[in-house]
Amino acid sequence: MSIGCNEFCRAHAGAGLPGIEPGMPMPAGTGLTRRSFLLRSAGVALAVYGGGSALRLAALEDGVASAAAARPGRVLVSVFLDGGADGLSMLFPAGDTRYTQLRPALALKPSTGLPFAEDNRLFWHPSLASLATLHGEGKVSAMPAIGYDHPDQSHFTSRHYWQVGATDAHLNSGWLGRFIDHVGTDANPLQGLSLGYQLAPQLATSSRPVATLDSAQSYDFRLNGVYGQPAERLRAAVGDLAHHDGSDAGIATAASTIVQSAELRFQLRAYATNRGGAPAGVAYPATRDSFPQHLQTLAGLLGAGFPIRAVAMRASGSYDTHSAEAQPLTQGLKTTADSLLAFQRDLEARGIADRVLVHVWTEFGRRGKENASGGTDHGAAGPGFLIGTRASGKMIGQFPGLADGSGLDRLGNLVPTADFRALYASLLEQWFQTDAAAVIPGAASFSRYSLLKA
Amino acid sequence: VEIYDGSFGTKQATRLLLRAGFGPRKGEAEKLAQLGLRGAVTHLTRPRRESFVGPAPVDDKGRPLAPYDAFGHDHLWWLDRMVRTSRPLVERMTLVWHDWFATSNAMVGSQRLMLDQNKLLRRESLGSFASLLHDVTIDPAMLLWLNGNRNSARAPNENYAREMMELFTLGADQGYTEQDVREQARALTGWTNDYQQGYGPVNFHFDPRRHDDGPKTIFGKSGDFDWQGSVKLCLANPKHPQWVVSKLWGYFVPTAPDAETQTALVGLYASSPKLEVRPLLEAILMHPTLYEGPSLVLPPVVYTASLLRRLGRGIDTTSWVSLGAAAGQQLFYPPNVAGWGSRWLDTATFLARWSLAANALKPFQLDPSKGAAAPDDPGRQITAATRLLGSPAPRKETVAALGRFVHGTLADAGGDAGRRSQYAVMVQNTLRQLIAVSPELQVA
Repeated sequence: MSIGCNEFCRAHAGAGLPGIEPGMPMPAGTGLTRRSFLLRSAGVALAVYGGGSALRLAALEDGVASAAAARPGRVLVSVFLDGGADGLSMLFPAGDTRYTQLRPALALKPSTGLPFAEDNRLFWHPSLASLATLHGEGKVSAMPAIGYDHPDQSHFTSRHYWQVGATDAHLNSGWLGRFIDHVGTDANPLQGLSLGYQLAPQLATSSRPVATLDSAQSYDFRLNGVYGQPAERLRAAVGDLAHHDGSDAGIATAASTIVQSAELRFQLRAYATNRGGAPAGVAYPATRDSFPQHLQTLAGLLGAGFPIRAVAMRASGSYDTHSAEAQPLTQGLKTTADSLLAFQRDLEARGIADRVLVHVWTEFGRRGKENASGGTDHGAAGPGFLIGTRASGKMIGQFPGLADGSGLDRLGNLVPTADFRALYASLLEQWFQTDAAAVIPGAASFSRYSLLKA
Repeated sequence: VEIYDGSFGTKQATRLLLRAGFGPRKGEAEKLAQLGLRGAVTHLTRPRRESFVGPAPVDDKGRPLAPYDAFGHDHLWWLDRMVRTSRPLVERMTLVWHDWFATSNAMVGSQRLMLDQNKLLRRESLGSFASLLHDVTIDPAMLLWLNGNRNSARAPNENYAREMMELFTLGADQGYTEQDVREQARALTGWTNDYQQGYGPVNFHFDPRRHDDGPKTIFGKSGDFDWQGSVKLCLANPKHPQWVVSKLWGYFVPTAPDAETQTALVGLYASSPKLEVRPLLEAILMHPTLYEGPSLVLPPVVYTASLLRRLGRGIDTTSWVSLGAAAGQQLFYPPNVAGWGSRWLDTATFLARWSLAANALKPFQLDPSKGAAAPDDPGRQITAATRLLGSPAPRKETVAALGRFVHGTLADAGGDAGRRSQYAVMVQNTLRQLIAVSPELQVA
């Protein structure tokens, strides 16, 4: 196994931080309420966060409908490589003389990967051939070394910084959440959409509602040891438990929740069987991993005109590769890149590719020098990508090289040549045409990158 | 204060155990009922030495828990106490104080400090609110959580000062002004700590150099108040007793007390020398409304512990952590400083309770393919399922729904003997689950 930070990691991460708390902007921490409802028009169950408990769920459905009637806006999809991805394997610097010294066991041979046209030192990881294809089409802007000054090497702290869009441990709304607070409405939870089981912290708002999409199939009353006809009887019996004579308020509360839950499951099953697949010629990787499914679901929702602005999800794979990293990295990157290519093709086939930009990020890169376990430890600047037909297709920041003092810092970590806050500010201004200062603290102090095709 | 004078049988004893603890083990409600109301209540409020009943807690691999270190084991460690303790009200009141002084490890970042705070809350669980507030104010986890360790004369931080009045002692806008918040913050200055590389925050202490020793005016009184003065002023604020009474009552009874009861309880609390909690609890737990009024939805962790107690099962899996979180309550991670609130049920958390119940029942599950014996008769099926769960009394509506399920499923099986016995086993598995998630088992 390649995964080094197990469940104990969290306790350690919290214990070792001098003068700083590893505050994670858990959606709950923002005080947002969580409710769930069926968005009938999409046939999906949404968990809705925020928006005030006075807002009835039916009003949200109306809000989605009225937002959908407006002209469709641009969409940013935030894709997280969880664990701190090894950028030095993803765009590997086989053309840098220090590469094989630092990575005697892990170094990839230049013959195994496609050359990266913008910098002859760099090569695409063999598993990223799909990204190389999109790069060849001018649809990928690579960030070989993005990060921030005074890098923090705790997963939770660094991830938190990226999620909240500032190196501030106490900020508890996400940067995309503040974008939604700034430009969104009070009745359209789809404006900020997490795909997965929990609200992605970068989407945590202060007031506007945002949603998490669980798969329709996941809402069901299953029981081990009960299958076939009796399982169908069991599902029907759940709602039957809710009869009551109205004499007790506690029983009434529980009973009405049971009725709603049984009704939700019933409706979901009707809709789940009834949803379109990908356009002809578009094939997502056939895997149990949820990432390609999430992208496919998203493409369907966007194609159907749902009023989505900011989206967040985890990529396939786990990137905290402290040991024996070659194999899991190969697998995770391949599913991720192939899914992103399929998503791009899907959007293109639907004629909506110009509206969507994907941002791939990770909390940090990994140490230049490999460790003794065939893996790499937490580093500083890391890899990132912007993908889409409107992306400039040109590098953001340079590859700094592996020389001590210039490319690597005194801890042997890659120095940043781009800043994530500058990237966010540029995205807000150029992609969303909104005021970055309203979203990113101190936005004026960061430089701007030219992100889009002219 | 009015005292309940109706009959005190198994039904009332069960409700008392679920409101003031984590529900009955098999036969426990019957035994408690024999003590009568007063005997039962004092059995809870004046418990004997603590003992634990049942197997010691382990993780999925049978290893002992590591509550200080392993993520989620803090939740399991406490859940185990709730399941096995001989002093359920002590644990339930510790949970009340955890919600009252809601501190989250999401910010504190140290299970050790959270468990130290838990010990403090347990020590004062039935004791003096004055001691409790005094100790909580300088508890390291609380100092980290509400920035008490960053509150200095040069850079005052109002976080604790505000919440101490708004949430802990007085209630929002009750008996204090914004100016009082600022002045209280000044009084509370001086606490700080060191950081030990690789370990975290250590050595929490009062540093006189960080304390603002100038004069302050709080609630109209002037003086050179320090943190102890700040605590005393809150406790002496005339709005304090009614806040404590209303809030504490709300944890046990879902409808507000009538004016007469409120006044009597306030008098009881305010006249006790160190603001004692025990007399208040005894009055609330003996009040007619608790037995005659509407039922209360069980918090997820209470629901979980109640199922394990009914089943006689100990902690032997870490599943309770993620299931608890999905149901809306992971211990040591309240959503914010105001605590969990009491709106526990929605469509998402009900599905989580379904999973909680299914997991609780898993070790008892019968295997349909083995054709285990299960009665081929609705009444006996329901009795058998109920008995496994410690014989709660299902409502007549539930019994009817269960009956419809059994009839329908056995009719599906038709005359084939093999299928009939297989379906009978699945009926038994299903009935246990349906009873466990029925409205009456989620409330008390």
